[in-house]
Order: sequence, then C-alpha cells, then structure tokens
Amino acid sequence: MATHTGGLKSAGPSNEVSVRNLIRSFGPKGVLNGVDLDIAPGEFVALLGPSGCGKSTLLRALAGLDRDVRGSGVVKVPEQVSVVFQDSRLLPWDSVLGNVTLGLRDHDADARGRRALAEVGLAGREKAWPHELSGGEQQRVALARSLVREPRLLLADEPFGALDALTRLKMHALLKDLVAAHRPAVLLVTHDVDEAITLADRVIVLQDGRVALERTAGTSVDQSSLRGELLAALGVHAAA
Amino acid sequence: MTTTAARRATTVTAPPYQGDSTNGDSTKGDAGTHPGAAVEPHLDPALTGRPDVRPTSRRLGPGQRRRFAGLVGPAALILLWVVASATGLLDPRILSEPWTVVATAGELIADGRLQENLAISAQRAGLGLFFGIVVGAVLAVLSGLSRVGESLIDGPVQIKRAIPGLALIPLLILWFGIDETMKVLTITLGVFVPIYLQTHAGLRGIDLRYVELAQTVGLSRAGFIRRVVLPGALPGFFLGLRFAVTGAWVSLVVVEQINSTSGIGYMMELARTYGQTNIIVLGLAVYGVLGLLSDAAVRLLERKALSWQRTLAG
Repeated sequence: MATHTGGLKSAGPSNEVSVRNLIRSFGPKGVLNGVDLDIAPGEFVALLGPSGCGKSTLLRALAGLDRDVRGSGVVKVPEQVSVVFQDSRLLPWDSVLGNVTLGLRDHDADARGRRALAEVGLAGREKAWPHELSGGEQQRVALARSLVREPRLLLADEPFGALDALTRLKMHALLKDLVAAHRPAVLLVTHDVDEAITLADRVIVLQDGRVALERTAGTSVDQSSLRGELLAALGVHAAA
Repeated sequence: MTTTAARRATTVTAPPYQGDSTNGDSTKGDAGTHPGAAVEPHLDPALTGRPDVRPTSRRLGPGQRRRFAGLVGPAALILLWVVASATGLLDPRILSEPWTVVATAGELIADGRLQENLAISAQRAGLGLFFGIVVGAVLAVLSGLSRVGESLIDGPVQIKRAIPGLALIPLLILWFGIDETMKVLTITLGVFVPIYLQTHAGLRGIDLRYVELAQTVGLSRAGFIRRVVLPGALPGFFLGLRFAVTGAWVSLVVVEQINSTSGIGYMMELARTYGQTNIIVLGLAVYGVLGLLSDAAVRLLERKALSWQRTLAG
C-alpha cells in the first residue's frame, strides 16, 4: 500500500519537503551546518543522531518554531504541518477532546475529534482530563491531535522516548497504521536505531549538523546489516 | 477539494486501533486497547470484603479532605470566648459576652437595622469587588501579553501598590464627594491590585511549551488567549481573588467609618459614640462571618474551576 520512493531521490517539484543548505546557530556555535533534505509525499523518514547533533533543531526549523534562531537556507514545507512532541504537551486544563480539536475552526470539529480519538483507541475518554490518562494514552491523544488536522507532513520529535518498552512497541504499531491510513510525509526524530528501522522508509544519520549517512530501510533491506551500519555511524560497534 | 474528501473518507473507514493482542494488557489502566469498552474503576473483588492489609508507608501529603473541617478553627475561637466570659476571665467592659452580642443581634434584626445596614454594605463591597476584578484582570492580560502594555501598566500598578488606600481617601472625597461613587471606587482601588498581581504572575508562569503548541496548531490570537492564557492564569487569578475578597471588606470598614450614614461600619461608628460595646462587637462578628463565608465561596468556586489540577489541596 505504501508507494515508496526508493530512497535517495533527487529534488523535484513533487517533494513534500525540500531543505537546501540549512544553517542554524545558537551564539557562535553552529548547530546545523548546511543540511539538505527532501521528503517525498507519503514517505517516512527517520532522523538519527547523537545528542546535540542538531536533530531537534532541524525538526523545529521545519515546524517553523525557530524564529529567534540565527540562520540561513531554504525550507519548503507544506501548509498543513503537525507536530508531535516528546512530551504529549496536552493542555492540563482542557478535556481530552478539547485538546484534540484545539485550533480547529470548522463546525464539525467535535465529530472529527471523536473519530480521531476512536482511531487511536480512546473512544469514550473524550471528557477525561489529561492527568487521568496513562503516559501512553496521553501520547495517543497527541497523535489524534496531530492527525485530526490531516497534515501533509507529520513531524515527530522522539514521540515515544518517555514511554516504557512495551507501550513503545504498541505505539509503533499504532503509528504505522495511522500513517498508512492518512498517508502524510513523516519526519521522525529518534535516538532508537530499531525504531528507525522498523518504522521508516529511509533513515538519515545527522552528525555535527550535517547529513552523515542516508540509507533506505523497509522490508526489502537486510535489517541486521543496516542496523550495524547505522550503529557504526553513531559510534557504537555492536557485536555481530 | 476532492483529495480532501477522499482523505476524510479514509479517516472514517480506518479501523480503530486494536492494540497488540499478544501484549494483552501490559500497560496498566490503558483501557484504550479495548475500544468502546466502558471505563470502570478497578475494583478488585478479593480486596473489597477484607481488611486492608497493605503496609502503611509514611504519608507526606495532608491526607483526605473532610467536610466542614474549615469550621473547626473558628468554632474553637468562639468556644474560647464563651468560656472566658462565663468564668469571668474576660471583663464585659473590655469585650461583651457572646450571649449579649447574640441578644443585640436579635434586637437589631427585629427593628430591621442590621439587615438594612448589611444590605448597603454588601452592595458597596460587591460593586467594588466586581469593578476591581474586571480592571485587575484586564490590566493583567494587557500587561502580560504585550511589552508595550507591560511598560505602560506595570509601573503605575506597583506605585499604587505602595500607596495605602487610606491615604487616597481625602483626594477621592475631593474629586467625587462623599456619596457611593467614592466608596465603591475606594474598594475597587484596593481590590484590583491583588487581582492584577496574581493574575499577571500566573499568566507569566504559563509554560512556554504551550505557547509553542498553540503556534503549531495554528491558534489565532483570540483563540490563544481564550484556550491557553486565561485558563493557564486561572490559578493565579483565584489566589488574587481570595486576597481581593477580604480586601474588599477591609476597605469597606474604612470608608464606612470615615464618612457614611449607613452600613455596618456606620452602625459601629455610631455605637462607639454612645459607648455600646455590644454593637461594636456584633459589627466585628458580622465582618468576620462575611469574610469567612466569602473566602469559602471563592475556594468552592476555585475547586470547581480548577478541577483539572492535581495538587496537595485535593
């Protein structure tokens, strides 16, 4: 069902995301030193890298959240962009449904919010307060909130980083299903190599503010050699 | 347009997420793995009929809330008064006996003076409180959300804060005379400061992450104020309101005892002239009860409005 682009595709007008020579710096320190990135419609890209390599800075640039950061470069993103943060970032004073429909202006917002909640398996919890939900459930509400907007691009910044291992596996399956149903382009920032291999069509390793490695993932690829290669790029030499 | 419709259609038909059946119920309380299932509190039948045998660990919170617990302190105070008067420890010339005060209250209610004065006092306090809340909240939002507003508003409010309300009264009398306008204005000026300070602090304390969220979901300025700023500043506002309500009664005493021909303060001032300690004490008691009741009302309102919070207060 997924129409993969086959990986390292050159820039074209059909790309959902196109980043050219992106430079961002905090003070004298360069965080992004000329990043190029293309994401095709419906493509799932995972962004790996050690802490401080600029993963989150890149994601925030795509989300338009870096207005106060110095930099240059060209960023082309679609109009409908949704962001899922590492913390579920639900407004504690709003109900679950109110959080999902936050910012929607159409008259059927509530009905769409309910459908989105049903999709993430939280039907019936519309009136609950966020603090009444478990961590995994809160992150599902965050997913519902981002997908109810029917984004062309979904940006996820270590969305499962704070969850326990079992919940994380469930969330992987859920995200896969949701992405298959809604078909947004996805940029997933993660530090988890296995998560990247399981979910993404293409994996990018960022190092010192530059793209250091770019590999096609998916079922057609030898998973263990890809895993070894990615870990090596991250400075971890795993036992075979 | 057609693509949007198609996308919507997929949304409707997409099956609900069923969870990973092999994992079962690994996440505790994660009722979402069973879509549509009613969410019920976990009641373990094995535990309900038996004495609780859990090991008791030291509890650091204040424990469960009990009804009418807030009345224990005031009741103890009254009891102390009764005992001291009955045993003769307290000279009636210094402080009237509680039963004398109750009898006085009966007389004043019978001839209608207490209700009459109470009504006019309550009206003044209520009006002053209302205007003070509106002014304080609006100024707090203006100064909290814009740098221009802050530089214009915050300084003058801090100056007002440093000037005692009592010191303003001569000027207010000069400007507005001695009728109701002056009285309500004095109360308003006393009330808006705590509302402003606490709401402003609450608003400035809103997590920046929520501001980011508001940007990413495309909230408008008005939507941002309504959905993020106002609810986020509400805890601070309620703290300010508690100061404001008691402050309103305090300002009321001042204006009613300085120049007035009605109200509880006036009734007490008149009693002072005639040396009627019992009426003075009654007036004090009325102020005390009003203060206690209004604080309880604010707290009740606070609990209802802030039910999303999980705090030590419970």
